[in-house]
Amino acid sequence: MDGVRSLIGFIADNTSGILERTIEHATIVLGVMLVATVFSVVLGIAVQNRGLAKQVSLGTAGVLLTIPSLALFAIFIPLVGIGNRPAQIALFLYAILPILRNTVAGLDAVDPAIVEAAQGMGMGQFQQLVRVRIPLAWPVIIAGVRVSTQLITGVAAIAVLVGGGGLGAYIQRGLTSLGNPFSIERVWTGTLFIILLALVLDAVLGAIGRRTTSPGIR
Amino acid sequence: MSETTSTPQVGAAGMVSDRDPTDAPVMIHLDGVEKVYTPGAAPAVEKLTLDVHKGEILVLVGPSGCGKSTTLRLINRMIEPTAGRIIFDDEDVTDIDANELRRRIGYVIQRIGLFPHQTIAENIGTVPRLLGWDAERTRKRSDELLDLVGLEPGIYRDRYPKELSGGQAQRVGVARALAADPPVMLMDEPFGAVDPITRDRLQNEFLRLQAEVQKTIVFVTHDIDEAVKMGDRIAILRERSVVAQLDTPARILSYPVDDFVDDFIGSGSTLKGLHFERVSGLQIPEYPVVRRDTPREEAGRILDMSDFRWLLMLDERGRPARWLNETHLADTSRPLHEVGPVVRAMVERNATLHDALEAMITSSAGQAVIVHRDGTYVGVVQIELLTEVIGRMRREARKHYEELEATQAAEQRAAGA
Repeated sequence: MDGVRSLIGFIADNTSGILERTIEHATIVLGVMLVATVFSVVLGIAVQNRGLAKQVSLGTAGVLLTIPSLALFAIFIPLVGIGNRPAQIALFLYAILPILRNTVAGLDAVDPAIVEAAQGMGMGQFQQLVRVRIPLAWPVIIAGVRVSTQLITGVAAIAVLVGGGGLGAYIQRGLTSLGNPFSIERVWTGTLFIILLALVLDAVLGAIGRRTTSPGIR
Repeated sequence: MSETTSTPQVGAAGMVSDRDPTDAPVMIHLDGVEKVYTPGAAPAVEKLTLDVHKGEILVLVGPSGCGKSTTLRLINRMIEPTAGRIIFDDEDVTDIDANELRRRIGYVIQRIGLFPHQTIAENIGTVPRLLGWDAERTRKRSDELLDLVGLEPGIYRDRYPKELSGGQAQRVGVARALAADPPVMLMDEPFGAVDPITRDRLQNEFLRLQAEVQKTIVFVTHDIDEAVKMGDRIAILRERSVVAQLDTPARILSYPVDDFVDDFIGSGSTLKGLHFERVSGLQIPEYPVVRRDTPREEAGRILDMSDFRWLLMLDERGRPARWLNETHLADTSRPLHEVGPVVRAMVERNATLHDALEAMITSSAGQAVIVHRDGTYVGVVQIELLTEVIGRMRREARKHYEELEATQAAEQRAAGA
């Protein structure tokens, strides 16, 4: 109970700092997610029908995810320096797989009879994609975006280790100063607000998903 | 051809058509159309030349794998031909933009393929939207078509496909195909995915619809009964879509040209052929008829002098009441109008011979009475009459084919000379 009270106290005393770091964290995540979503969805559409390209893309994206986060972040330092940049590039690479996989799976799952009907009515390839296949794959794609967002929100805590911003700062400071006053509280604060941010983002994406999904396929 | 009334009758048994479908102009001409998938191997569709006439339903029917679906899809170039030309309403469409061609052709498939993420109205409006119609016109047309296929627009226009039954969904499928009022419809086993009762209803409704809209339709099925019911002409296809016989259902049933066709039609072809003639076309001989007040002795004399075993007694309004045979006449304990089986087997003049046969089988006298709409007596039909008709149909069909062969032989000689 003492721990909780002192945590609450710490948060109360540092609200503006926490808010600033949270916004910083959110900005990194949203920026990465936007680019990653567009990239992965477009890539998914492009390779869905091409056997080899599909395997290669999915395989590569999967392998990227297995590279230890700190290592992946650090790899880009010689190329883009320190700060948010290397973190964003690494996060972008992580974000691809869930979205790419879901885009491909979502498109694969569209009933071929529907596509045949669309083609038989005189819809060209592009129109079929935009009017029929993507809207039908959309719930699955959104689900992929949500998973990816959760993932990125968590991993973005490491950005501080390469000179970037975000809530990871609290965790880092807390861990490197263990034993000093408020070190535990710092770790908890960073963790707690990353979780809260993840939940909020997921809720928002969920709402967007519902709004943009046709009632006919909910 | 027998004399039949001029308005075609639609019944559950099938459509009796009185005009020759080949009199109308040619709407689709397939000229040596071929599809080869693997060069060197046998083609899926072998150099097919076929005419589809305006306003007819041409059914492509054949065993599984014969290429009938492939042939259908060559027409709207869902499958591109590897040889031959496709002439659509006098225009060679083999090389034009395929999408543009398909917007002029309605396409109905077995699995329907409604867009689940769109409302029924939006589904129906797909091709109009592709063609650039404005929202108001599309909406009106959508409602019009929902009405046409028997779905109340107010209820169904804003529903989603997942809320529909199979039968309703296929009706929407048909409505969607008709939306831009295409002159031609291609239908690939459209009623295959529903239960037999619903299928029967959908078939009947579709025939009624066709009587109104008179589209040119190419219809694929593997079911010969459906082909006979739906088709103005039927093409029975062999492997690689080679045409075994292409003719009206009546003629094919009367005269299958070879064993393949005969086997494919299966047993019961004669029975099926009875759908295509009407009672009104029969030459009915005189039949011995008495009334309630006819004295017993006179009744007996009438029966003796006729060739028939049963006397027909009419009631005071001239409607058939009872059958009487010698035994009934001899039974003096009761008046004549109280003996003998009650007449139940009655058919109207525009009924088919198939209906007449069905009625005959249920009759104690083995005969059916022909009546007017008000129930008054016209005549009596026996099985011998049907046998005569069947014989005549066969002879006429054979003569037709013999004449056809003679003409073709003459043409070949002229070409060779």
